[in-house]
Amino acid sequence: MEKKPEQKFRKTLPKSPTSISGLDEITGGGLPKGRPTLVCGGAGCGKTLLAMEFLVRGAMIHHEPGVFISFEESEKELSANVASLGFDLDKLVAQKKIWLEQIRVDRNKIELNGDFDLEALFIRIHLAIESIGAKRVVLDTIESLFSELPDPMVLRTELRRLFRWLKRKGVTTIVTAERGEGAFTRQGLEEYVSDCVILLDHRVSDQSSIRRLRIVKYRGSTHGTNEYPFLIDEDGFSVLPVTSLGLNYFSSHERISTGIPRLDTMLSGKGYYRGSTVLVSGTAGTGKTSLAAKLVESTCTRNERVLYFTFEESPNQLVRNMRSIGINLEPWVKKGILQFHATRPTLYGLETHLTTSIKLINKFQPDVVILDPINAFVTAENQTEVKAMLLRLVDFLKMKRITAFFTSLTAGGENMENTEVYVSSLIDTWLLLRDIEIGGERNRGLYVLKSRGMEHSNQIREFRLTNQGIELLDVYVGNEGVLTGSARLAQEMKDSAEQLVLKQEIGRKQYGLKRKRDAMEAQIVVLRSEFEAEESEALKVIGIEKARDERYSQNKAKMAKSRKGDAFHKDPDVVKSNSKRNRRSL
Amino acid sequence: MKLKRKRLPPVTGTEQKEHNDHRRWNLRLYIAGRTLKAAAAIANLHVICNEQLKGKYRLTVIDLAKDPELARMHQIIAVPTLVRTSPLPERFIIGDLSNTERLLAGLDIA
Repeated sequence: MEKKPEQKFRKTLPKSPTSISGLDEITGGGLPKGRPTLVCGGAGCGKTLLAMEFLVRGAMIHHEPGVFISFEESEKELSANVASLGFDLDKLVAQKKIWLEQIRVDRNKIELNGDFDLEALFIRIHLAIESIGAKRVVLDTIESLFSELPDPMVLRTELRRLFRWLKRKGVTTIVTAERGEGAFTRQGLEEYVSDCVILLDHRVSDQSSIRRLRIVKYRGSTHGTNEYPFLIDEDGFSVLPVTSLGLNYFSSHERISTGIPRLDTMLSGKGYYRGSTVLVSGTAGTGKTSLAAKLVESTCTRNERVLYFTFEESPNQLVRNMRSIGINLEPWVKKGILQFHATRPTLYGLETHLTTSIKLINKFQPDVVILDPINAFVTAENQTEVKAMLLRLVDFLKMKRITAFFTSLTAGGENMENTEVYVSSLIDTWLLLRDIEIGGERNRGLYVLKSRGMEHSNQIREFRLTNQGIELLDVYVGNEGVLTGSARLAQEMKDSAEQLVLKQEIGRKQYGLKRKRDAMEAQIVVLRSEFEAEESEALKVIGIEKARDERYSQNKAKMAKSRKGDAFHKDPDVVKSNSKRNRRSL
Repeated sequence: MKLKRKRLPPVTGTEQKEHNDHRRWNLRLYIAGRTLKAAAAIANLHVICNEQLKGKYRLTVIDLAKDPELARMHQIIAVPTLVRTSPLPERFIIGDLSNTERLLAGLDIA
């Protein structure tokens, strides 16, 4: 059910694509085909260029020849003007894809006498269209006729007739006009050309210019209603419909290393999420750029591409400075995977910065984008605008799954976190670098203020820049708070001295124990030898006694024999019982 | 100038041999088709020329509907346009030439 009206709608309102970067997106496909479109704006806001690009791209991309009727500039001037944008108008004219025609009227020579019309102009436009079979027509500042020809009433009627006539011819027309006071155009052309009105604006705020485009009206079609920043550069016209982006980007689970192993560990062991937005803030000289350089190093080592916007240092200086902490960026620049863009923040307005950045990003297709530092843009009163710009940039980067790394210089003081409230909501991972002043020293501390979607360390690490690179050290947390630098070293030395004493004590105790054991064992040996001596003495005595007893028995028997008084055969028993008695007495 | 003149188509019978005499009036009238305004302009012009410039002028009427290229070449956008190519300076008068006094003043015939 819903599809049908849409198809019908497309049928009734065909569009003529401009192929101008971004413009087709906000017009929903281009300008109304076969109808006139009014492009108005002040002097120098790019009306002629927009119209010319519409023709050139139409001729080159869509094979629709175009007629450019200029009421101001000559054919030569036009060719020269767009040559700087890379359009070879002369060639297109020679190929009969573009028809240039200047309409020159000299007011001073003209006198009015009676009734007239602009039929000759119609004839000229008709001839031009027929000569090359044009589908597109530009009338560049047709309003200047009002200052060159008498009788505005007749001109009005004739212009109305002209636009109707062009519509009947079915050519897509752009009519440019100067912005008037209180109206879109000086002569009220918007009354006649009412199908589509595009307003270009060129404002100066804070000494830098901002170009903006707005579609005031588009009959029979939906369109973006915001003011869109646009840019005119060497590639021509480009509009950025960035505010139309939603919050529906894909979130990656992939992680990329920060380039510092211990920092990876602090971010649950793996580093930043790919496509996330990282902010490093800190006071001056805390090493923000060094952290950025580390990320560059790790990214380029993986052969991924980095686009580095630097707003305060020149690329040369940056490369030199990073070499001093052991990071050599030059090979990657030469290899073409690292590109620097150094611009002064004040060079042009925020919108232009944004559009330039996005163009560069589209061209270079990086994996990581670094903005160093973002607060270079911030002046006293433009915080909300800076936030809006960063929001657009962050959205854009997230859509493209590019990791963004911003640095921000904070003024110091107590509320370092508060000073950047205006961007904090955009940030996924926020690292804070801060000075820790103890014992007449200034050292750097790093901690993770927040990191969405991961468990992260809550500890402060001491952050050291050495000529070998960046080191993250444990800080000493004791009764006196966080100790860093020399204070930490002193504490560590104290700790190690205490440990030494303890070690010695243990050694001494073990030695004492050993000595005691030795003494005990020596005593055992003495006792045993005493015992052995006694034992052998005793055995000796026993032997002697035994021998004596035997000898006694023998003697007794001998005596009995010699006396011959007792029965001899009983004798052995007697001897036996005697010897038994003797042994028992022992 | 000579090249352009070669391409001018002869239209009316009042044409005379060309002179470089500064007192000779060379006039061109651009019209786009035989419209009422064109007819009025031609008629008005004839009256003046016959009255004031008899024998001293050369009038070429150019119909841009027949020769559209000439509109570009001669930078004409409004019709009818009367151009006085000589005596110099060049003068452009647009309209159906209905105001005779102004026409005389405009062409510097007095």
